[in-house]
Amino acid sequence: MEFIIETHNITKKYDDFTAVDSVNLKIPKNSVYGVLGPNGAGKTTLISMLCTILHPTGGSATVNGYDIVKNPKEVRESIGIVFQSRALDDILTGREHLEMHAALYGVPKDLREKRLEEVLDLIALGPKADEFVKTYSGGMKRRLEIGRGLIHHPKVLFLDEPTLGLDPQTRESIWEYIQKLNQEENVTVLMTTHYMEEADKLCDEVAIINRGNIITADSPSNLKRELKSDTITIRVDKLEEFMEKARTLDYIKEIFEVDSEIKIMVERGDYLVPEIVNFANKNDIFVNSIELEHPNLEDVFLKYTGRTISEGG
Amino acid sequence: MAELEGIYTIWLRENKRFVRYRSRILTSVVTPLLWLLIFGTGLGSAIRFGGVAGGYKAFIFPGIIGQTVLFTAVFSGVSVIIDRQYGFLKEILVAPISRPSIVFGKALGISTTALIQGLILLLLSFLVGIQMTPEIFFPSAVVILLISLGLSGLGLLIASFTDSMEGFNLILSFIVLPIFLLSGALFPVTNLPSWLQVAVYLDPLTYGVDALRAIILKTSVLPLYVDVAVVTLFALVMVLLSALMFSRREQELM
Repeated sequence: MEFIIETHNITKKYDDFTAVDSVNLKIPKNSVYGVLGPNGAGKTTLISMLCTILHPTGGSATVNGYDIVKNPKEVRESIGIVFQSRALDDILTGREHLEMHAALYGVPKDLREKRLEEVLDLIALGPKADEFVKTYSGGMKRRLEIGRGLIHHPKVLFLDEPTLGLDPQTRESIWEYIQKLNQEENVTVLMTTHYMEEADKLCDEVAIINRGNIITADSPSNLKRELKSDTITIRVDKLEEFMEKARTLDYIKEIFEVDSEIKIMVERGDYLVPEIVNFANKNDIFVNSIELEHPNLEDVFLKYTGRTISEGG
Repeated sequence: MAELEGIYTIWLRENKRFVRYRSRILTSVVTPLLWLLIFGTGLGSAIRFGGVAGGYKAFIFPGIIGQTVLFTAVFSGVSVIIDRQYGFLKEILVAPISRPSIVFGKALGISTTALIQGLILLLLSFLVGIQMTPEIFFPSAVVILLISLGLSGLGLLIASFTDSMEGFNLILSFIVLPIFLLSGALFPVTNLPSWLQVAVYLDPLTYGVDALRAIILKTSVLPLYVDVAVVTLFALVMVLLSALMFSRREQELM
């Protein structure tokens, strides 16, 4: 596999605090890669080093084959960035932001008009493109920033918490937009997020970061599978009897009762749902309802850090 | 080539901002007029001022041009701090363009806006009884441009060491007002007590105001070429120094 970003023990230390601690990442070309972690885990610091805003205090990294310390200019030419905090000028129009960016990134003059139209089309600002940014909604500002990051056709697009502070509807549309980009524009997306759902939905691969360390990295589905704990929730007419008999089944890892429902922890729940129903029927127990739940990334995070993501690292 | 384009892009943004904040253009012309017409007339009536044809109002006219340029250039330079707080500076600093180009673009942009204000004032010279001629207008424009380059460089230099606008009043009290008051904009710099004399000649704007007086009023303390040489040197040093600081402190600025 071809990797567009590789880090080797990259580290950032501030006096007595280590924000990023010997991180090794390999990010496949044309993937959507997520760095998932609570606030203060080191996500932004990591991304800032990769886009040459911060110098690492140890280790090294390459982006698009260029060393981030030795060839910052080439790295900058290869990347587009959307910062976590807004980086727009209220008194310029959307189109002017794009024009300015294209000029600063050396997009050839004869291509500029075409790129501008492409991007404006993509981010669907409509007639607002020629109004001052101060009149834009939060979602429009975000779309403009993402569009701006693309106008010079970067190889890698960095998105630092792209949907932070946006309403659910706008968030959905930004997600769709990122997916579309990745598929149509041949661009690798490296994003940070502390929304589990976002990482789960968008990312081909996720690295979980906590206190500056990468704890684990894999595809969301593999990470979840590793937990080996699907939850089957079942409601039956003879609760006590079912519990007693089911305890003898060897594929059940754990069984307990919550609010007159039975929770069963198993591996590979998909195969076991019919089995459990059959088992109940054989014992003359009637099943009212049965429900299967796969673990989510929140559970993964919990397993590796012992905390939920909202509690912080 | 790419760097030139970068300089132009940053220059253009500076000018767009200037044109769009209409209130800024208005105040930049009204404030000096208040000084000229009220302060100039008021003090001019109270004192006997024989140094210059046209009296005290005419005498402070070049000084008030210098003052306008000073406030615009330094505060526009310092406004990089606001760009930084709003995150826009990051967008520029992360672009593949050299730090000196960013500083040059910014300094040239600010100087253009200061020059526009200076030119408007030059055209209003009839209000203080001075007749404008091309021989006054164009050389004055060159001097104004040189002063603004130096002062915007100073503003950018201050900005590269300051991270919030809390220092704004400090900059006003300890840098901008002393530069203005010591420049001889409001009084002749001859016959001063020696402590003040020294301070006056340490002030770069003194030479700018003196040069403008030489051109506009045909009277000056120092020869014009000395004034122009000092102002040019100041501009070079300030712009290069802030370019150096932006390169050095790049990481802290983002």
